[in-house]
Amino acid sequence: MLPSGPKDFISRLVSNRWLAFGLLSVFLAALPFAVEAIAGLTWVRIIGFAILYAMLALGLNIVVGFAGLLDLGYIAFYAVGAYTYALLSSPHFGIHLPFWLVMPASAALACLFGVLLGAPTLRLRGDYLAIVTLGFGEIIRIFLNNLNAPVNITNGPQGINMIDPISVAGFDMSRPSFGGAVPGVYNYYYLFLAFAMLIIFVSLRLQDSRIGRAWVAIREDEVAAEAMGINIRNIKLLAFAMGASFGGVSGSLFAGFQGFVSPESFGLMESVMILCMIVLGGMGNIAGVITGAVVLSILPEALRYLGPLEEFLFGRVLVDPADLRMLLFGFALVAMMLFRPAGIVPSARRQDELRPEPAIASQEQASLFDTSD
Amino acid sequence: MEILVQQIINGLVLGSIYALVALGYTMVYGILGLINFAHGEIVMIGAMIASTVIRKIVEAGIKLPGLVIAALGLLVAAPACMALGIGIERVAYRPLRRAPRLAPLITAIGVSIVLQNAAMLAWGRQYISFPPILPDGTHTIAGARITDIQIIIILLAVTIMAALHQLVHKTRLGRAMRATAQSPDIAGLMGVDANSIVAVTFVIGSTLAAVAGLMVSGYYGLSHYNMGFMLGLKAFTAAVLGGIGNLGGAMIGGILLGLIESIGAGYIGPLTGGFLGSHYQDVFAFFVLILVLTVRPSGLMGEHVAERA
Repeated sequence: MLPSGPKDFISRLVSNRWLAFGLLSVFLAALPFAVEAIAGLTWVRIIGFAILYAMLALGLNIVVGFAGLLDLGYIAFYAVGAYTYALLSSPHFGIHLPFWLVMPASAALACLFGVLLGAPTLRLRGDYLAIVTLGFGEIIRIFLNNLNAPVNITNGPQGINMIDPISVAGFDMSRPSFGGAVPGVYNYYYLFLAFAMLIIFVSLRLQDSRIGRAWVAIREDEVAAEAMGINIRNIKLLAFAMGASFGGVSGSLFAGFQGFVSPESFGLMESVMILCMIVLGGMGNIAGVITGAVVLSILPEALRYLGPLEEFLFGRVLVDPADLRMLLFGFALVAMMLFRPAGIVPSARRQDELRPEPAIASQEQASLFDTSD
Repeated sequence: MEILVQQIINGLVLGSIYALVALGYTMVYGILGLINFAHGEIVMIGAMIASTVIRKIVEAGIKLPGLVIAALGLLVAAPACMALGIGIERVAYRPLRRAPRLAPLITAIGVSIVLQNAAMLAWGRQYISFPPILPDGTHTIAGARITDIQIIIILLAVTIMAALHQLVHKTRLGRAMRATAQSPDIAGLMGVDANSIVAVTFVIGSTLAAVAGLMVSGYYGLSHYNMGFMLGLKAFTAAVLGGIGNLGGAMIGGILLGLIESIGAGYIGPLTGGFLGSHYQDVFAFFVLILVLTVRPSGLMGEHVAERA
């Protein structure tokens, strides 16, 4: 039996690494089979998306959690990755490049956009940075939405469909494997899992590296970090670039999995959702971020069962569950934050750092209510 | 030339509305240092309530001058928004005042989702139309048309902003607000009750939001449960453009953003040889924002950049 609290679970992971790792792999390998048996094939798909969101959340965690740069336009990099894949392997332009070429291209392009966003915003802090990144995300979305005339590049609001499924080593992931016994969704699940493992590994290694410590240093005190010889410009750009390339990889996986992309999937609300995932899970803590991503991506889907529940409780559907589900989701966000403001699995370091410092909070505020110059 | 004047008029109207909403953002930020993400939804609720009340009055066949009916709508919407603002502060922000910085941001987003969906349940997914009761005369200035509604919006906004300026700078309450913004602890030592100042801030911000909601629904003739999001986003952009936490900045930022948007939308087509059309209006606004912040990282009127984010 696994211990109940996530904290105990983590400490067990550290103390008995190989056993825990073995158990976790068996659990993750068996998960889709168990989920299909209990809840049906749609839920395997939902878990696939939960893994995608976990990857995105880990990418954003580098920017917000490690480096402390509040990014509200993160979904733009996901969009860049998805559209790169969509344009380079779909009938839209008639180009069908292989996955192993397109996926790195998505990552590279997203990385480039990350630097593009990072460069002009190096001097900005806090909420100013947040609003600029938000604007950047909106700019990308508006361009995707409108670049269908006069030259049709993105096919506008209709989006691009019939995107090639991901195929690895000549094996089409969307096809059932093992003689049709296992549906295609399973292949994607394992593929996503592999990429998620890679991203988790990179995140863990980065966290303890020289670069990771430099990120934490600029988060805690930029001036002091600079005095210690950290090249603020490069280290910030690196955070943006790394975070963005994770987003790009996830985006290309998303496009191949879904077979269809449209600007609608990349709105501000999505960026906000990913930010919610990392804050809710515990910013800066990799296990927490993954927990947050899984909880928040599964919760709205689970709330779809409200209809049957209402029927069970009251004998009929009182309120359309589609209308009620986001309402409850909003309440859940508020409630979770009120009870655990530092997240489900708080980062030890962040907790130390984020002790209330009201004096500093008030110092920060520039010339309030000062309508004159 | 007529086009330019016309776009300036449209921009001023849009900008007045942005400025009123931006004031709500900037005041709360000034006192509490948090982005009240739910403010846009308060505008939406204000617009929905005002439109509904006005429709009911018109449908009941009560003959009153249009402006009086609009004022009655506001008379219902404003207290509702105030109560909502205070309620949000009590439930979602006050318990988190000593929590990590991003925690109240998440509750604000949660509240915003709740309000949007509650409005959808209450009013449905369709647009609520605003009865044509407001004066609809048009005047011509330098070849451009200006309607009565536009004149009313601009005048009302200017009056409210002037009054707010007087309140903040000339009254005891305003002094208490400024003191709390500068240092809540020291203001507390001087006998200012921080909690009541915060409540007052939310009351003023929500009232302005209700006025802005009435203006938007009257101007465009429609309101919708989804309208608060983009409006709030633009207004917040305006507040940051002017320098967040700064009242004058919010006013200037709002009007500037309105002008940029409408002039940009009018000229972006010819400027790019027809490559980019007026649906890039939002891009233009955000692009200018990024440009301004690159040159002046704390906004147009913001004074010093915070040392810690």
